[in-house]
Parts: sequence; C-alpha cells; structure tokens
Amino acid sequence: MDPLARYDPIVADPEAFRAACERPLPSVVRVNGIKATPDRVARAFEAAGVGFEPVGWHDGLFRLADDVSPGNTWPFVHGWVYGQEEVSALPARVLDPDPGERVLDPCAAPGSKTTQLAALMDDEGLLVANDSNLGRLSALRANAERCGVTSVAVTNADARHLSLKSFGGSERRSEARRTTSDGVEPFDRALVDVPCSCEGTVRKNPDVLEEWSPSHVEGIAGVQRDILGRAVEVTRPGGTVVYSTCTFAPEENEAVLDDVIADHDCQLVEFDLDVEHVAGVAEWDGDRYDPSVRRAKRVYPHHNDTGGFFCAKLEVAA
Amino acid sequence: MSRENGSSRNDGGRFDRLPATADERVVEGRATRREVVTWWVERFGLEPAAFDGHTFWEKGAGKVWAFAADVDSPAEIEALGMTFLRTRQEHWKPTTDAVQRFGRAATRNVVVLDDADARAFLRGETTDPDWDGDWGYLAVAHEIADDVEPIGVGLYLHGELRSQVPKGRRRQL
Repeated sequence: MDPLARYDPIVADPEAFRAACERPLPSVVRVNGIKATPDRVARAFEAAGVGFEPVGWHDGLFRLADDVSPGNTWPFVHGWVYGQEEVSALPARVLDPDPGERVLDPCAAPGSKTTQLAALMDDEGLLVANDSNLGRLSALRANAERCGVTSVAVTNADARHLSLKSFGGSERRSEARRTTSDGVEPFDRALVDVPCSCEGTVRKNPDVLEEWSPSHVEGIAGVQRDILGRAVEVTRPGGTVVYSTCTFAPEENEAVLDDVIADHDCQLVEFDLDVEHVAGVAEWDGDRYDPSVRRAKRVYPHHNDTGGFFCAKLEVAA
Repeated sequence: MSRENGSSRNDGGRFDRLPATADERVVEGRATRREVVTWWVERFGLEPAAFDGHTFWEKGAGKVWAFAADVDSPAEIEALGMTFLRTRQEHWKPTTDAVQRFGRAATRNVVVLDDADARAFLRGETTDPDWDGDWGYLAVAHEIADDVEPIGVGLYLHGELRSQVPKGRRRQL
C-alpha cells in the first residue's frame, strides 16, 4: 500500500502534497551561533564561490546550490554551520531555552537539534543529551565538539526510563528546588524529538515508505508515549516540553499527545510557528482525541517546499 | 570547589572534577583547575576570566574536559562538555576543539597561515611558515571573512609546523 494515500482525507490539497513528496530536497545548513554569525558565514561562502540563499523565515538557515557539498567548506571545518533540514530547525525554536537553564534532549543523536539548543542557550547551562544508540552517540559527540558545545552532558540510556541521578544538583545551586519523584532536580525544558516512521523525510530518503507498516507505527507509538511521559515527569511544574516527529501519522502524533495529557499533569498550549502549517487533527480513523490536540501543528511538504513535520508544545502543571 | 572524593588513583572510566589547587589534590598526577587555566592563560594570552563559567574534569589518563555547568563528581556518563587538554605528559597539548572554541581570543602562539598552507595543514601535512616565536604546540589559524579564525593545533619543531588535525577531521578543500 502507499502510506501517503492514507492522508488524502486530512490534507487539504492531496495532489500538491503528493507532488511535493516526490521532489528532492535542497541541502540546507544552519549557522551555529556559538561560533559564527549569519553575516560571517555568508561572506565566507561568497568568497569561496559557494552558491546559497537565505530561507526567508530564519536568517540563520541557508539553502545551498545543488553542486555544493557542505562538509567540504571552511565554514563546516570551523563548526560555523551544521547540515540540517529546514523543518528540523523548528522545534528547538519552539522550546526557546534561555542561557543558564537545565534542558533535556532525550533522543538527541546525531545532534542537529542538540547543537541548536546549545546555541540558543549561548552554551550556558546544563543540556543533557541522551540517546539509546551508542553508535549514534559518537556522531552526536563529534557534532557537538565541532560546534564548540561545552554545555552538553551526554548519556546513553533508554529514554523511556531515564535515570538522571548524575544530575542531582550542583553545588552552585544551593537553593532547594522541588525535586522529581526520584530525587532529581527537574529540568526547565525538554525537547522530545522521538524516533518515528519518518514519512516526512520521504523527499530525502524515499526508502522510508518501503519500510512502512501499520504494525511498526503502532509499536513505535507505544515507545513515543513512554518517552514523552518520562520527559514530562522530569520537567519542573510550569516547565515546557516540546514534542516533535517527522511523520504525518496521527497514531504517532495527536494520539500520543492525547494519551500523555490524559495520564500526566500537563496540557497542550498555543504557540507560533514561522512557516505555513495547519492545526493538529482531532479525529482520525474512527478515533476522537482531546480537542486541545488541535493546538499542535502539522507542516506538510507542499506548504513551504520542505520536509514534513509535526510539533506540539506542552506545559507541565504548576 | 569541593575536595576530590574517592580513591587516590585515577579511574579512567568516569569523570572526576579537577581539584581547585594542589592543596586539594587527592589523585596522584591529576592536573588542578588552577594549573589548567594557567596553562591556557600563559600559552595563549587569554584572560583568566575566560574560563570562569567552566568546570574541568578528568576522564581517561590525563584527558581533561571543559564543561559549562556542574554535576556531582564522579560522573559515570558518556561525555561532559568537550575534550580540552591532554595532561599527564611532559608537554600538555590542547585539543582541536578547544583551540577552535577558545583560541579566537588568543593573543600569542597563534600562527596565521596563508591560504595554500591552511589547506595543506587541514590535509594533515607539515608546512614551513614564517615563525620566530615559541616552539611547541601552537594555535594554527587563517584569515576568513575579514578576521582570523583558528583551525586547529600544530606542533612547531625544528623550523617546521606539523599538523595535529585528527585523521577524521582532515579535509581536502
């Protein structure tokens, strides 16, 4: 079966959607604010004859010309840029962490969003970057070091059962803060960018549709629920959790949110997104979800000529 | 800063916060925070305050990491910040990542290569730049986008500059 055909009822313009999914994606880099500015990267690219154009909605993202291999440029060598798909730069901006905060990235590898979070924090504070896959962790570490990130603590655990005892609280923070049930100082924010069926990356990797199956979607949705639930548990009252995927499947998106807001003391909140998008769906395949899932946002490939994406913002009850 | 805790031998499998000064040293041969900061200040002319926001940790034999926050010591995790300086050897050696991250503020022991030498250095080759300063580990930089930017570490010995760019970071631009 064609998994994308499932979405005809919820995509306003199925033809444009399907056509966009068949086009290849341009190569995009994000400027790493820890080491460079968009202006300096632009001047270095210009001097080297590298073709690029800003994406429009974000002055730190450049679309590169088709003949450019970003890894073979001085800005890459210096850690000034990171190859990152446009929509993948959205969730860290929605989380919007401040310098000095405690931030959790439970599914961090290979590190595009981790390094972006560190830059948004001016590389000040504690950024716990976890991944269950040791091989992918080495890519994360290499990427973080190339980007000059010093605020990251890297752990290798199953994100569904994260033990955070290494982060019990530093001597610098003497004031007692409310702790989580396992005695750990909670996080101010968490970016939960879960493993998913990746349909939204079809323009980069058409094979994702070959590997697609309903049972895979169901299985991974259970993992996603547990990872998001655990992140909510270790985030402080009033703190922010952003949930994101690169799939269109409501089973992995709105249905996960529906379960987690029912089981945990948190709610979906409104937020702005800089690119064209539509609201989350409150009904799918005969199921009805809590109406607040409409506060989540869906980005389809034909909206902004990007990959597909899903993003939701939750606030932990105070 | 607290005293180091635990055994007096280095455990290479975990992160231990460096003692602030030699008076607080428990683990034999471990560099102190003061020594590490002093090394960078003396070698590259940085302000000591450049490292006020960082804690320093040892994992492995002599590998010192710089971390922008603080956690309980010891820490048994995969990484804390970035590798920063190789100690427990006669001549301490900064890492490529540390020179890229902190070397922009360096005021001495920075050799600025021309374009051809910068590319050769990035390929891992030995070059022969004009240099009448110290021998030993230098920050190697080039001019890009109207300013000087560090690329990595070079070992200047016997009139030549040996590239220390790790194999995985070498590039043919």
